[in-house]
Amino acid sequence: MYVAVKGGDQAIENSQKLLAEERRGDPRVPELTLAQIREQMSLAVDRVMTEGSLYDPELAALAIKQARGDLVEAIFLLRAYRTTLPRFGIGEPIDTAAMAVRRRISATYKDLPGGQLLGASFDYTHRLLDFALAAGDERPVAEIAPEGVEPGMPHVADILNHEGLIEAEEPDADDAPVFDLTRESPRYPADRAARLQNLARGDEGWLLGLGYSTQRGYGNNHPFAGEIRVGEVAVEFAPEELGFPIEIGEITVTECQMVNQFKGSANVPPQFTRGYGLTFGHCERKAMAMALVDRALRADEFAEPIEAPAQDEEFVMAHSDNVEASGFVQHLKLPHYVDFQAELVTVRALRRKAGLAVDGPDSAVPDAAE
Amino acid sequence: MSTVIPHPTASTATEATQARIEGYNFAYLDEQTKRMIRRAILKAVAVPGYQVPFGSREMPLPYGWGTGGIQVTAAVIGPDDTLKVIDQGADDTTNAVNIRRFFAKTAGVATTDRTVDASIIQTRHRIPETPLTEDQILVYQVPIPEPLRQLEPRESETRKMHALEEYGVMHVSLYEDIAKFGRITRSYNYPVRVNGRYVMAPSPIPKFDNPKMDRMPALQLFGAGREKRIYAVPPYTEVKSLDFEDHPFEVETWEENCALCGAGDSYLDEVIVDDQGTKMYVCSDSDYCRERREAGHVGDGGPNSGGPQ
Amino acid sequence: MADTIDIRPGFADPVAASQKVFRAVLDAMSRPGRIGTIDETIEPPAPLSVGAASLLLALADHDTPLWLAPEIRTPATAAFLRFHCGSPLTDDPGEAAFAVATGDSLPALDGFSVGDDAWPETSTTVIVQLDELTEGSGLTLTGPGIATEHRLAVTGLRDGVWPEWTANGALFPRGIDLVLVADRRIAALPRTTAVRTED
Repeated sequence: MYVAVKGGDQAIENSQKLLAEERRGDPRVPELTLAQIREQMSLAVDRVMTEGSLYDPELAALAIKQARGDLVEAIFLLRAYRTTLPRFGIGEPIDTAAMAVRRRISATYKDLPGGQLLGASFDYTHRLLDFALAAGDERPVAEIAPEGVEPGMPHVADILNHEGLIEAEEPDADDAPVFDLTRESPRYPADRAARLQNLARGDEGWLLGLGYSTQRGYGNNHPFAGEIRVGEVAVEFAPEELGFPIEIGEITVTECQMVNQFKGSANVPPQFTRGYGLTFGHCERKAMAMALVDRALRADEFAEPIEAPAQDEEFVMAHSDNVEASGFVQHLKLPHYVDFQAELVTVRALRRKAGLAVDGPDSAVPDAAE
Repeated sequence: MSTVIPHPTASTATEATQARIEGYNFAYLDEQTKRMIRRAILKAVAVPGYQVPFGSREMPLPYGWGTGGIQVTAAVIGPDDTLKVIDQGADDTTNAVNIRRFFAKTAGVATTDRTVDASIIQTRHRIPETPLTEDQILVYQVPIPEPLRQLEPRESETRKMHALEEYGVMHVSLYEDIAKFGRITRSYNYPVRVNGRYVMAPSPIPKFDNPKMDRMPALQLFGAGREKRIYAVPPYTEVKSLDFEDHPFEVETWEENCALCGAGDSYLDEVIVDDQGTKMYVCSDSDYCRERREAGHVGDGGPNSGGPQ
Repeated sequence: MADTIDIRPGFADPVAASQKVFRAVLDAMSRPGRIGTIDETIEPPAPLSVGAASLLLALADHDTPLWLAPEIRTPATAAFLRFHCGSPLTDDPGEAAFAVATGDSLPALDGFSVGDDAWPETSTTVIVQLDELTEGSGLTLTGPGIATEHRLAVTGLRDGVWPEWTANGALFPRGIDLVLVADRRIAALPRTTAVRTED
């Protein structure tokens, strides 16, 4: 009775059995297969892979099933699995210019080399509940285009670069050490690589809210969606013993390059600047929000005043991770009665000092309205 | 109607070593991670009270539920150890049970409820009442390792403050309390100074426990998983609770004794026994309470007991 | 082939051995001057001692640059440590996480990394191979980890180390930490330990 959360093995075991039963739901309804989740809840799978930092649709589907559709919980499951995996080395940078593009849009040019490619998108759907879908059984088929996509789709930023209108982006030296957020604790000020890793793993809702806040004046950075592209890229790895990279697989990614107007500062000429977002799978909203926040966090680089939450590196990075945030918010469910008791003692002492009655049920009554 | 449920007396003995589950390394963590944590622990011991950053891993338990303490314990523990896990002073709180289960499963080590039988004690929010010895290691679970965090949210700033030993902001904050309330109102996680240098968060133990940290014969290790910090207090090291000459540090006292064992020197939990708000007090340290009762000590049984039980 | 090096085996059971060695050094670091023993059965290439080799096998890896004093850095020791630990060998003691040296030719202590006031954990841990370590007489040690004082006698350490050690202590929180090794016996002096050479 007085051990507030008192359990022991039995209570935990029983709770977990009940959880499994509730996860399954009504047993007369057929059980979900991982293939169904992977194929028909693919955007959920993509989000879990992105924030879970592990590209494995099958395991992400399992995590979603096990988590009863709670994506933050599924992300946690995938992350906890990921930390147990051996690490063979660092892959080659992926080349998104060589992407097999499924969707590519630019808001900055009406037409551009490679063209606009709408691909599969909710963008122009009328958000009307589709009752035919509720009935199931439909097999939608999209026609195959008479011509293939033009090969070679330069990045919009590179087009601007020809004219020197956008900040140059120089790749790091090949042998430069790669910071790994999953193995080192972040140091502030962080560099952009550390920030982008943090944002890529960051909670979509957190980034969406922060990105949105920059559009509403909290750290405005004048963004244009220079380009958003979704498609497949090759992953390459150079094993130590071979000495040259080999292709080890293909992943789907979403990339967003924001182009931001910049009037110039004492050190930097007027030009366009960049904000970058990249996710596993198709996570367009996340990639765009990430790009907005990335640019906002570069305020210092461009001598912009740091005034808004989205520009504040420590604030953004320290609170972006939903596995950390969810754990710490929910740890308030753990018993705190030792500390609460200490606070009771203190509050009673303070009240005594203030000449208020304490201790005993009677004295509690007049305080209720305070 | 109210009944008083005594502290459970079942499963008090040291439980024998269990078989480990297959498929995971000893104590769950991989060896590379353990090495990284071990190096951090050694540096933490060498710089008492300084928070060493470490590459905290995602554990199969949520952040905020003891992942720092778990990682420290996992890096320290060996097959010959006997582990005790407490939360709020008690071995039978759900999270303590769960963490003990985790190590019994992944390390196959012996576990115990008895403070004196443990070689490693992992704790959340309490220091056992029974004095610890040189043969023991106390591992604290820490939610917010930075004692200055509530006064300065930025890591980049607090790191400078520690480097420069600039703790004025903390003293000002404590003194403001005195000016406003006539006393320091912090009742737990009460800041300490270690070996005259670093101001350190003792984790959210009640300030009642602070004096136990001072010159403790056991090694004290602190793990903060979400915040990715490890720190330590070596044995026999001065740990002083911050105070002022005219307002010396003092701990909570109760007029009451434990209703079960009659202890007048232990930290007491307040228990509401009926819907009128009638209170009774019992030891928060369940092992200490049981030991005293086994030694024949008896409390008054609480307000509705009609006398000692 | 002339340049083939026979690499001696590391720990037979790396998981258990690493844990035991770590506990020995943790205990040594927590109770400066108390002597612990490494029980692992390894035969590292000379002049690497069992104690020093065990410490490195347990604690060093590719994240920890390692500096070996010239008399210790032989093709056989370098190959052994590279193979088992994967540590990059550095020529600059100032960038080493771990260093191994012999007591009678220990370089000046200020040549190692002492870390930074904001990041004092980045300093070098220096493993010093000695002839003998004995508890109960010799140096008088005080500081964290020590109830009153510990006595420790060391043989095989060059002259002039202790004034340098006092200077190292004055840098706190910066400073190197020492692990003293005599064959299988180890003792540690964290930067907080004050050493008196006379009674």
